[in-house]
Amino acid sequence: MVDSKHQWKAWIYLSPAIVLLLIFTVWPIINTVRIAFLEGYNALEAAYGVQFQFGLGNFIKVLQYSDFMTCLKNTMLLTVLTVPISTILALLIAVALNSIKPLQKFLQTIFFLPYVTNSIAIGMVFAAMFNIIGLSPDGMRAESWGIINNVIMFFGGEPVNWINAQSSYAANIAVMTIYIVWNALPFKILILLGGLQSINKQYYEAARVDGTPRWRVLTRITVPLLSPMLVYVVITSFIGGFKEYSSIVGIFGEKMGPVGADLKLNTMVGYIYEALPEMNYGVASAAALVLFGIILVVTLINLQVSKKRVHF
Amino acid sequence: MKVVLQNLTKIFPSRDKKAGKEVVAVNDFTFEIPDGKLIGLLGPSGCGKSTTLYMISGLQKPTGGKIFFGDDDVTELPTESRGVGLVFQNYALYPHMTVKQNILFPLENLKGADRMPKAEMLERAYAAAKLVQIEDLMDRKPGEMSGGQQQRVAIARALVKMPRVLLLDEPLSNLDARLRLQTREEIRRIQRETGITTIFVTHDQEEAMSISDMIVVMKLGVVQQIGAPQEVYDNPLNLFVAKFLGTPPINVFDGTVKDGKLYIGEEAVLDVPGVADQEVTVGIRPEGFVLDENGPLSCKLSSVEVMGRDVSIVSKNAASLNPVVRSIINADNKVDASKEYVRYTLKAHKVFIFNKENEERIYF
Repeated sequence: MVDSKHQWKAWIYLSPAIVLLLIFTVWPIINTVRIAFLEGYNALEAAYGVQFQFGLGNFIKVLQYSDFMTCLKNTMLLTVLTVPISTILALLIAVALNSIKPLQKFLQTIFFLPYVTNSIAIGMVFAAMFNIIGLSPDGMRAESWGIINNVIMFFGGEPVNWINAQSSYAANIAVMTIYIVWNALPFKILILLGGLQSINKQYYEAARVDGTPRWRVLTRITVPLLSPMLVYVVITSFIGGFKEYSSIVGIFGEKMGPVGADLKLNTMVGYIYEALPEMNYGVASAAALVLFGIILVVTLINLQVSKKRVHF
Repeated sequence: MKVVLQNLTKIFPSRDKKAGKEVVAVNDFTFEIPDGKLIGLLGPSGCGKSTTLYMISGLQKPTGGKIFFGDDDVTELPTESRGVGLVFQNYALYPHMTVKQNILFPLENLKGADRMPKAEMLERAYAAAKLVQIEDLMDRKPGEMSGGQQQRVAIARALVKMPRVLLLDEPLSNLDARLRLQTREEIRRIQRETGITTIFVTHDQEEAMSISDMIVVMKLGVVQQIGAPQEVYDNPLNLFVAKFLGTPPINVFDGTVKDGKLYIGEEAVLDVPGVADQEVTVGIRPEGFVLDENGPLSCKLSSVEVMGRDVSIVSKNAASLNPVVRSIINADNKVDASKEYVRYTLKAHKVFIFNKENEERIYF
């Protein structure tokens, strides 16, 4: 405890962070809530001093807007697909990384690389892989398939229209899932690897003496002992999943969909951003609050479920 | 199941490649542990006792030598096929499982013909729990129990699969003094009841002496002496063993042998017939002193500590290699603490003399 005589010093030390947080985080949050409940709020009119009525009009607009349901569906679908896949993959990779000795640091670095790479840039690379022009095997003529389709054709499969005009929704979602999972892995691997390395090695030695099969070691010892980390990873990735936006832009551009099908893959955050340039701050704020509400509910459910599963 | 160690050696490669110095943790250890006995591996830290235990368990591979359980060569056998029960120093109980789940765990790992029906597993688990007297705690988690209770669970978990050999790594080091006394009796009892050959590691000589059928004293990877505790105490082969066993520790003096007499300082304290004239190191057990006003050995009296049954006399002598000379005599002897000097005669069988160079025992 800081002695009360010196408390003012503590406040001074804290003030740079507090001031910045107040201006750029706390005030915008309050303002968002305020604007969301102002009928027909428009930034331009507000600048001229127009007063707005309180009401739920913005929320009604959000829910009535036809694309809102598309955004909600896309967001939900991507979240539900990517969270379990990426978590399980990250767990398996972390366990594998933890169990090898040579090259461990090197491989750890490789697996962490995507994390420090710009996600738009990665998205463009993925778009290229799933799409555009590659070279024919003889290198003489251009073939309009990316590396993924080339590989599929090499094994005798039919090329798939992943992300181009008239591509199917399932193909789009598949590409998005692969990309988001790949992008989400590094951070999760890092967290889980850290968790694994803090587990006392003696549990594993005890398991070895007892002749525990590998799979049982994973399910009965590693996963339970890792459960606090797993819960953290699952909760943060649910939140991340609901905020999915830049990955779609990375692959499909700001049209949020394949050519000729704009906004087909729009997400909740995309919907909020979309409202902003049109000065629809009221609708954007209301949509942000709706998203916040969804995330809050999902996180509470997560915590409730994990209470029964986490062992510490 | 008898356990035979044959020229067992473990060399750890050096971590620092430039220095290139490897560490010989266990050096050429040969020993036959008789069936159904309780053996204490004893030594200061870094003497290789734990490494030996882990090699017997199979968690560490020996660099050289062989290990037999009975007539089976298990040197190349992986841990899980050896049928050992191991109790770790920190118990390594799975913190997320209840006591029952912890004890059942080794049984649930069994496959094929060894796998038993659920009811039998439970029966075995309860039998093991009963043996270590924790049958009331079956639904607790390790975090909700005391160190002594966790220790018992760890032993139950090691015993439940009926191991051929039970190994205990510093089983008492995490317990407080009182629990330690109680638990070591427990270990002795459990070992007697099950008849399982048991090997345990400790740095506490009192612990090893009190419950072992045999002790193995080690130093820097080399076995110093093997034998029944009392025999090793009464008949140490070298200065290290003499110093390591016994509380309070043995008193050590610089001495000289001349004309069949042992001198400490200027005083001829004991006849040592047949020993050649030389400089020696003398070890005298605290109980080897007898108060005698005309005794040959005189020490400057520092203090007298009364301990009820015994009296401990702390004194100084110029030739002593320990800071003080400590003797233990029966409390019936009245000691006048105001006197400046005490004089002793020595019990010959409590006096050991050692070669000054190689610290080996010189017999007389």
